[in-house]
Amino acid sequence: MNADFPPYLYAAYRATVRRAPQQALVPVPQTRSEVTGPGPAVSAVSPDDSDLTTNMGTASPAAGERIIVTGRVVDDDGNPISHTVIEIWQANAAGRYRHRRDQHHAPLDANFLGFGCTLTDENGVYRFTSIRPGAYPWENHENAWRPAHIHFSLFGPAWVSRLVTQMYFPGDPLQDRDPIFNSVPTSAARDRLIAKYAHDVTAPAWALGFRFDIVLRGSEATPSESPVPTRAAKR
Amino acid sequence: MTAPLTPPQTIGPFFHGLLREEQQALAGPQTPGERIRIEGVVFDGNRDPVPDAAVEIWQADAEGRYRHPADRPAGEDGFTGFGRCGTDDGGRYWFETIRPGPVPGPDGHQAPHINVAVFARGLLHHLCTRLYFEGDAANGADPVLSRIPEPRRATLIARRSDASGKTVYRFDVILQGDGETVFFDL
Repeated sequence: MNADFPPYLYAAYRATVRRAPQQALVPVPQTRSEVTGPGPAVSAVSPDDSDLTTNMGTASPAAGERIIVTGRVVDDDGNPISHTVIEIWQANAAGRYRHRRDQHHAPLDANFLGFGCTLTDENGVYRFTSIRPGAYPWENHENAWRPAHIHFSLFGPAWVSRLVTQMYFPGDPLQDRDPIFNSVPTSAARDRLIAKYAHDVTAPAWALGFRFDIVLRGSEATPSESPVPTRAAKR
Repeated sequence: MTAPLTPPQTIGPFFHGLLREEQQALAGPQTPGERIRIEGVVFDGNRDPVPDAAVEIWQADAEGRYRHPADRPAGEDGFTGFGRCGTDDGGRYWFETIRPGPVPGPDGHQAPHINVAVFARGLLHHLCTRLYFEGDAANGADPVLSRIPEPRRATLIARRSDASGKTVYRFDVILQGDGETVFFDL
């Protein structure tokens, strides 16, 4: 497994204790099953889906600080991943999710759905408009709060490219206390999960800009029907 | 120059937006192939059901072709080969699909299989495995199954039943403990 990736068992994140596999993962060769993937087929989005301030379809925009989140999706060779679906979801400005499992005492926003999706363009670039999510209390430990974060789900070109991750915000003091964030083993890798403030993206009198680039595993070019070496160098 | 990969994080409990579209019935009326139902329960290390997991599948069509530019582009029959399901309060998931044909592998064909990914709160990275079909003679020579030590191989074989004239394959996912499902380092 990649040395930058969190382990499955990370006791400070209590839910891993009963859900992390105990047996070692079994390496498998790269076959047509691994190098193809649903990404290219799962691509039905509409332009409205990428604006979370308005996609609830109500008369007023969502409450909170308007943000623009943009970035480039590339594979580990630096090639842009174009026309791939990105799905995002998040809490509202008060830190409340629109989900029956979140009943904590922060108000729902009738104008905020909390979910969006988009496609990367031909250069691998995506762009969402949203509001900055609030911190969210959870019961993992005493006085536990998740740092502000946006969930990202990407397909990429292959089954092995699939990524679900979270984007964090710069200057958030809650990151140091968060076991989910700190499960990522190196500070360099944790830093890659924090969006960078991007003044060139900030739109005057409208929205603050943040840049969050994403690197996915690429497909192995041509799946071979002759003996296939296992994928080299998982960094 | 290679770029380091973005690390994963848990999907968390609030991913229902991913389930906004129905993606459990993979076969349309025009899709060739034998209709099968896949169902099972996701269990944790206490053998308690996991009611907040997401299960995704990726499979070839009845001829063993994936709907992907590198294999067979998506066609008119509405089959994508991709399914997505959230577990219910009993930890159950299901899909209605067609039996995949054998897909080429490193030495001839692989046994028919469905690629499975499991996401949940408490999983910092999703888990990947495969579902194989009980009774398929090709399982004995499959290149992935043969890499798995014998006692654990059975965790990847879905059990067939033909209740009420419908072919159902039962595939439970045991995240941890006795009978733990084999998960892959892809």
